[in-house]
Amino acid sequence: MAKTALITVLRKPATIRYPFEPAKKTDISRGHVVIDESRCISCTLCQKRCPAQAIVVLKDEKTWQIDRLRCVVCRACVDVCPVTCLFMDTQYTAPMTTRGVEIVAITYVKPPRPENPSPTGEAQT
Amino acid sequence: MTRQIIIPFGPQHPVLPEPIHLDLVLEDEKVVDVIPSIGYIHRGFEKLVEKREFPDYVYIAERTCGICSFIHGMTYCQGIEQVMNIEIPERALFLRTIWSEYSRLHSHLLWLGLFADSFGFENLFMNAWRIRERILDVMEQTTGGRVIQGACKIGGVRLDIDNEKLGRMSRDLDSIREEIDVLTTIFLRDSSITHRLKDIGVLSKTDAYSLGAVGPVGRASGLAIDLRETGYAAYGKLDLEIVTEREGDSYARCVVRARELFTSIDLIKQAINTIPEGPVEVKVTGAPQGEYFSRSEQPRGELVHYVKGNGTKFLVRSRIRTPTLSNIPPLVKMLQGCELADVPVIVLSIDPCIGCAER
Repeated sequence: MAKTALITVLRKPATIRYPFEPAKKTDISRGHVVIDESRCISCTLCQKRCPAQAIVVLKDEKTWQIDRLRCVVCRACVDVCPVTCLFMDTQYTAPMTTRGVEIVAITYVKPPRPENPSPTGEAQT
Repeated sequence: MTRQIIIPFGPQHPVLPEPIHLDLVLEDEKVVDVIPSIGYIHRGFEKLVEKREFPDYVYIAERTCGICSFIHGMTYCQGIEQVMNIEIPERALFLRTIWSEYSRLHSHLLWLGLFADSFGFENLFMNAWRIRERILDVMEQTTGGRVIQGACKIGGVRLDIDNEKLGRMSRDLDSIREEIDVLTTIFLRDSSITHRLKDIGVLSKTDAYSLGAVGPVGRASGLAIDLRETGYAAYGKLDLEIVTEREGDSYARCVVRARELFTSIDLIKQAINTIPEGPVEVKVTGAPQGEYFSRSEQPRGELVHYVKGNGTKFLVRSRIRTPTLSNIPPLVKMLQGCELADVPVIVLSIDPCIGCAER
């Protein structure tokens, strides 16, 4: 036991002074979800698969909402997103003082369809 | 006859990590009877299965417990996979085994720390949790989460660990083993600890059997029950030593958990050495129809997940039986006849996890 005590005295502290030093994190740490609003196609798959029902996508208003206090950071939405516009940031969500949802306006514009569709016979050639 | 008085113990008590309420019936300083009651943190997880699709329920099943979360998710997945007859790739089974054993290491170190705290050895508590932090770091590096791993899914696992990282984990385990060796020596040899724990809360082998003790509580009383023997995940391909003690007192329960740390390290190293190459998941189509009792060995004992599906995306019924619930009747037996001052130590010695038990 004396040996353990001596090692503990000589060793650096096992803890870190968190707000002053950054917290430990790895490349795949699940911190919080971020969205690239310019690529979201409002497919609502993330809303359907969210086990905590934290995400709401309003197609008409073109908004993507997340309640950070409901979100359990499971990464299900990131896995299901067909256009990979959702990412997992490694930084944990900052503490907050008020409840509420975070609303992101979707800026994705559907590209116009190519005009003058060719007859089927020509398209194959 | 001596006058009997009732002292309430819990749900809030400095020694208790989670809320359980015990009414201690005392004659002088001696406990003659105990009336346990739970129901303070019921969250309705089993009902939630009707509202979430079965692949999404894995995340909820995992959140049943904050310590053995990975094993909850894995057991639920095993149940669904059995109902749907899904063959899991070999590598995924080995990865599940590795993460399960890391969960066990983390849980037992956490318990050793809390146990040391319960008999007032705060320094040892901090030392146990310092080692536990290294285990949690490995968890975060491999799965992305410290305590809620979210690595299991129906049909395999969500993440693979590359072989280089596996090698590093194996080398890390050697130094963790040395640290654990020093820690457990203090637990098992220190005179103040042995004096505090020996012959406290004795549970005989027959009582352990008839009252349904599971996990380390049963093994400390001489019952060689370990669900890992059934060979779920990759345990069938690894050499497993079942740790048993005969005394059945608080010290024996401490010894069992301390020795299990080493068997867990051995199992992880064996799994890392024999892990095959290949895919880690298979595609799952369709919906479960049928029912299954999925069982596994949690750090605290036998865990049962019952799942029943009717061919739709939503399950009809889920039932979770956690080891703490089965260990409450043996706890009552242990407490009968003990001194009031020993109650905190005995309650902690079964490693109660009430959050699991109430779901």
